[in-house]
Amino acid sequence: MTAKDSQLPNQRGYFGPFGGKFVPETLMPALRELEQAYLMAQADPEFQREFQRLCRDYIGRPTPLYPAQRLSAKGGGAAILLKREDLAHTGAHKINNALGQGLLAKRMGKTRIIAETGAGQHGVAAATACAMLNLDCIVYMGDEDIQRQSLNVFRMKLLGAEVRPVHSGSRTLKDAINEAIRDWVTNVRDTYYLLGSVVGPHPYPTMIRNFQSIIGRETREQIMEGYHRLPDYLVACVGGGSNAIGLFHPFFADKNVKFIGVEAAGRGLDTMEHAASLAAGRTGVLHGTRSYLLQDKSGQILETHSLAPGLDYPGVGPEHSYYKETGRASYVAVTDSQALEGFQLLCTTEGIVPALESAHAVYYAVKLAAGLSRDQLIVVNLSGRGDKDLDIVAGVLGIEL
Amino acid sequence: MNQIKAIFKPGHKALIAYLTVGYPTVEATVKAAATLAESGVDIIELGIPFSDPLADGATIQQASYQALKQGITPQACLEVAGRLHQKIATPLVFMSYYNPILSFGLEAFCQASAEAGISGLIIPDLPPEEGSELEASTQRHQLDLIYLLAPTSTEERISLVATRSRGFIYLVSLTGVTGSRQNLSADLEDFVKRIRKQATQPLCVGFGISRREQAKRVAMIADGVIVGSHLLQLIEGDTSLASLKSFTLSLRQVLDSP
Repeated sequence: MTAKDSQLPNQRGYFGPFGGKFVPETLMPALRELEQAYLMAQADPEFQREFQRLCRDYIGRPTPLYPAQRLSAKGGGAAILLKREDLAHTGAHKINNALGQGLLAKRMGKTRIIAETGAGQHGVAAATACAMLNLDCIVYMGDEDIQRQSLNVFRMKLLGAEVRPVHSGSRTLKDAINEAIRDWVTNVRDTYYLLGSVVGPHPYPTMIRNFQSIIGRETREQIMEGYHRLPDYLVACVGGGSNAIGLFHPFFADKNVKFIGVEAAGRGLDTMEHAASLAAGRTGVLHGTRSYLLQDKSGQILETHSLAPGLDYPGVGPEHSYYKETGRASYVAVTDSQALEGFQLLCTTEGIVPALESAHAVYYAVKLAAGLSRDQLIVVNLSGRGDKDLDIVAGVLGIEL
Repeated sequence: MNQIKAIFKPGHKALIAYLTVGYPTVEATVKAAATLAESGVDIIELGIPFSDPLADGATIQQASYQALKQGITPQACLEVAGRLHQKIATPLVFMSYYNPILSFGLEAFCQASAEAGISGLIIPDLPPEEGSELEASTQRHQLDLIYLLAPTSTEERISLVATRSRGFIYLVSLTGVTGSRQNLSADLEDFVKRIRKQATQPLCVGFGISRREQAKRVAMIADGVIVGSHLLQLIEGDTSLASLKSFTLSLRQVLDSP
């Protein structure tokens, strides 16, 4: 790692050519305010202590690093370890960021919180953090996602959040972000936008990466303690990419640790129905950041598809684009049906029901393990649990609940 | 002389009108632009439709969606601009989100725009911090890159935009997205005054303006009035364009009567 790499992003929020702040003028002062407040909080031991304390007492961290022996046996090669973010409070890694930003919002004196959600996991995490911190919470969610993740919609309402359906565009995560940004532009003076992934304008990708990096830091400690060595591979699913960057980033300087991001190939990369921005997109600007994007030849954003709502997004975090461009990480894509195979495999071999998002990483890790020797170690970020997906899975398998 | 600069003569209040290209059809856009030109509009903003118009309210979102459904591309918008440039003398500017232009190629887009008779560009999601590359290309092709300021802009940001904006400065009247509003912000006068202290460019106010009284209030303090969403509603409600014409003429009258 060069000194320069360790300081990424630069002051303007760029990871190489990716990142930046492409937002309406109305939001520019708010982003500046956010950046300053975040830097102060980051440097404040009191804030850090509070975050650490809640990570332990409220989220239940550290989450285990579990050697999945029966799953590994299916691959027949390398050992697969699961970083159990599914065991975090609310059932996914999203809570790490929601809690961190919730604390920051509170510190900034903002009482109205808005968030977007795709799978509903970030919406639930935001609603949870807001309930605990006594903040008002409004969650924008695409119509299409409300249909397919109804359980999470109900959870958010139970937690006291207002869920606002978004009817525009493809009625999924992308449109929920558009609507959240419109709300923020309108109510910027008293509203905190609690963005859920490492996308959006600077400082969001960096701030969210830092809150999620607790995943990678714990993994490093746990694997050093249990195996006295670093892993050979880190594997994580990538939609916006927050669980992946959270696992990867603390290993950035360890060049022998290979990073693999698994995108959603949906019904296949040769169809138009996938969400693999890094594998099949090109550089563009969406939601305030310059990064890989799925777009047509006129620069219109394409509608995406994945069985996993949390991966159903046409963009990706700018730091992932940088990792791809520099070769630090490689990115692969797994189809809906392969992810379903990974889902069922983990259920039956380990008694763990993964989120469909995480199932993409599980599937790929088993294939990867098969080609590696037994002394190699693969860490998979099991970013969430699958309770929310039972309707979808039942639907695909043709089972009536 | 630069076409936009020529508009802002002392004592004259500019009327700037926005149309989404291809809404409801390309032919309707061409006709509406001609009507606007005849009715005292000084500058026409041609909106290039984008799939994710995050600074726009319901009216322009809907118009963009309809235009895209008909296959309107930046190339098609350039062709419309070229046709209009032959037909009317009113200066034309493009209003576009950044990605369609980035995808076209900044230099290629500026060159094609200049050839089509475009005078300037307004990019609502491109603050000056990200604009150096496009500024260079626009300057090579004698286009004005018009930046925006908002009520939330700090003195530091006003100074930044005052150094960088060319043609005029687009003042967003409110914290919010585009679309008609019942009332303009009570702080509008202070906002314009704050900017006037630092900027020498003409100041034009847009977002939320749909009534004669609002235009009159803006004209008292600023150099130009920008209307958009309300025009699209008039076009949709009356395809004969008679309502568009009478509304535009009435705005012209308000701006011309001291």
